[in-house]
Amino acid sequence: MIKKEMIAMLLAGGQGSRLGILTAKMAKPAVSFGGKYRIIDFPLSNCINSGVDTVGVLTQYMPLRLNTHIGIGIPWDLDKNFGGVTVLPPYEKMAGTEWYTGTANAIYQNLAYMEQYNPDYVLILSGDHIYKMDYEAMLDFHKEKGAECTIAVMPVPMEEASRFGIMIADGDRRITDFEEKPENPRSNLASMGIYIFSWETLKEALITNSAQPGLDFGKHVIPYIHDKKLPLYAYEFGGYWKDVGTLTSYWQANMELIDIVPEFNLYEEYWRIYTNSVSIQPQYFGNASEVERSIIGEGSEIYGAVNSSVLGCNVVIGEGSVVKDSIIMHGARIGKNCVLEKCIVAEGAVIGDRCRLGEGEEAPNETNASIYRDGLVVLGENTTVPDDIIVGKNVLIAGQTRAENYAGGRLKSGRSLILEGGEL
Amino acid sequence: MRAIGIILAGGGSSRMRELSRKRAVCAMPVAGSYRSIDFALSNMEHSRVQKVAILTQFNSGSLNEHLMSSKWWDFGRKQGGMFVFTPSFRNENSNWYRGTADAMAQNLSFLKNSHEPYVVIASGDCVYKLNYNKVLEYHIDKEADITIVCKEMPPEFDTERYGSLRLDGDGKVLELVEKPMVVRSNIISCGIYIIRRRLLIEMLEKSQRDGQYDFVQDILVRQQGIRSIYGYRLESYWSNIASVEDYYRTNMDFLKPEIRSFFFWEYPEVHSKHSDLPPAKYNIGAHIKNSLLSSGCIVNGTVEDSVLFKQVYVGNNCIIRNSIILNDVHLGDNVYIENCIVESRGDIKEGSHHIGEDGIRIIVEQGERYTL
Repeated sequence: MIKKEMIAMLLAGGQGSRLGILTAKMAKPAVSFGGKYRIIDFPLSNCINSGVDTVGVLTQYMPLRLNTHIGIGIPWDLDKNFGGVTVLPPYEKMAGTEWYTGTANAIYQNLAYMEQYNPDYVLILSGDHIYKMDYEAMLDFHKEKGAECTIAVMPVPMEEASRFGIMIADGDRRITDFEEKPENPRSNLASMGIYIFSWETLKEALITNSAQPGLDFGKHVIPYIHDKKLPLYAYEFGGYWKDVGTLTSYWQANMELIDIVPEFNLYEEYWRIYTNSVSIQPQYFGNASEVERSIIGEGSEIYGAVNSSVLGCNVVIGEGSVVKDSIIMHGARIGKNCVLEKCIVAEGAVIGDRCRLGEGEEAPNETNASIYRDGLVVLGENTTVPDDIIVGKNVLIAGQTRAENYAGGRLKSGRSLILEGGEL
Repeated sequence: MRAIGIILAGGGSSRMRELSRKRAVCAMPVAGSYRSIDFALSNMEHSRVQKVAILTQFNSGSLNEHLMSSKWWDFGRKQGGMFVFTPSFRNENSNWYRGTADAMAQNLSFLKNSHEPYVVIASGDCVYKLNYNKVLEYHIDKEADITIVCKEMPPEFDTERYGSLRLDGDGKVLELVEKPMVVRSNIISCGIYIIRRRLLIEMLEKSQRDGQYDFVQDILVRQQGIRSIYGYRLESYWSNIASVEDYYRTNMDFLKPEIRSFFFWEYPEVHSKHSDLPPAKYNIGAHIKNSLLSSGCIVNGTVEDSVLFKQVYVGNNCIIRNSIILNDVHLGDNVYIENCIVESRGDIKEGSHHIGEDGIRIIVEQGERYTL
């Protein structure tokens, strides 16, 4: 008989629409982060580092990149005969076939997967946060308290508490009440979307509530367990935890990595982060290159200047170009004598020579001013920009653009240029 | 592929000086992210050789560690895969490998238990890209008994250390001389051979009976005139790591765009063990010109015309010129290094100066280290 004490279910099916064009062709957990990584690497590495070697990854939205990245789990040592990583997409049934309609519904549809490992505990994770966390310590807490469900929480500044799901706990950390995005928060313990359930409790809660449309952990399952007066505990996490849900927070989290000793340190021997690296070759710096305060992935070739930026693998920066405060992802190529400031250039994008991106005054973006903001210039995957183009701030460009798409060789601040092949 | 592979990875080399204290030549780190055996092994992989034996003996710890898993080269197979053979005591034989032919002969069962009609023999200390299928096609086309991959070297090349070949217009080997005193041809053997498996078994059994153990001296050279031997001319880059000078030059070759393009950007790519290191990091004070750097490096100083391997830490105000810094070296502040090779896991004390005055200097400076 196969027996796993705790298995993990990783919710990776969401689009993450607030990342705009970055998630046009891939689910949020597959978006690159920190040069060579993708967001899902963090929870996956946490799992194997915590001794959790059975992980079901629930996919739904644009799963190709995610599937390719996970493969059979080799980079995380999750290629196992019993357990390991399994990708779980929605599937057709005799009756009642449906998509994953909510976080808990997705888990409910995979009861059979969990059942075959005969677990005592199930860890529910989401694939869209940057953090290092020992789930085993959380499990110890869960056992010690005799909890049926433990929610990982993080103290946040009181003034920000109204943006989160807030847990109210007593002195023993037992949750007495909770509120979703409260106007007047009674506590500053924000839910991190990480849960440990005792298996029988989870199973019973999912089956009982299975008819609930859009079955969700925060909205339905946790309230159900609370109403049944089952022991529900808050596990306080004190380390670095970053939600990279918006373009601005995504950009900031990347920029934090370039500090001398960053708060989130990737260079510690202990608790390494693993990834399926696009490239393993060394990076090359040309004779006229300049580089400062930056991290750069394998195989990149730098002939120009890179300052305060995060570069992925196999990126080429042409001679005379200056890249500043930017994120350049895998395989992107920047031509010669360009200036890029506060740009997010997605994978495989190509920029011609003598382009200037991120110039001038800010103006609200015409497509979505709440996503494309804070002066960022965002280029979608495989976008091309021809030579001699000047681009303002809060701009979005997607598709194979040509010179005639830019009136007077310019794209003003706040404008969006979306061509076929670069759909939103 | 209708061939099995054998990679000869046995040797140490006194010409590698201090660098061979720690490891076999085949395990030498090359070009920032690789080890020299990766090239032969990746060639085997991309030529779709299903079954490869690696024969190793000298200082094999580092090599074994590198080959601990065969998955990086896709040799984690049920059918075939990668076999590492080190000498072992047996009832009939308690010898070390006494030479390349002996190494193969001591593992004759590997050859006998295979069904593929041909064998590709390659040495593990050469840097090159080659599809062995092309050599095999040539071999069959010429109806050769043995095909030797060879390369025409420039006149100034030190041919004396290699096997030298004279070919006729058709590519047939007229003369093969190992380490010639008088050089009559600047075509050298690249240490890559294709032979019919049964013929190899036959030749190995005979040389064992005769007490002869070197594949080149005792088999190839002596078979001249008896067997039909052909030379396959390799036109692309090839370099053998046999001495410190070769090693230095080979690494520095990767600073040339055409060499990088050939190995890094053109299909197929060279594979190696993954090391899970974070991206390289450049802090304030980093100045880098014409250099290769690998993952996990943290740079606070100046690096010019150099190759830095994985996880090198360069302190403030350091200057590194024309040097090779191997894996996991820590350079304290204000270090000056020129024309040197710094051995891996070295700790270079702050403020120290190391300059290779006449030729390349090797720096071995190991402190006590603990992983926290």
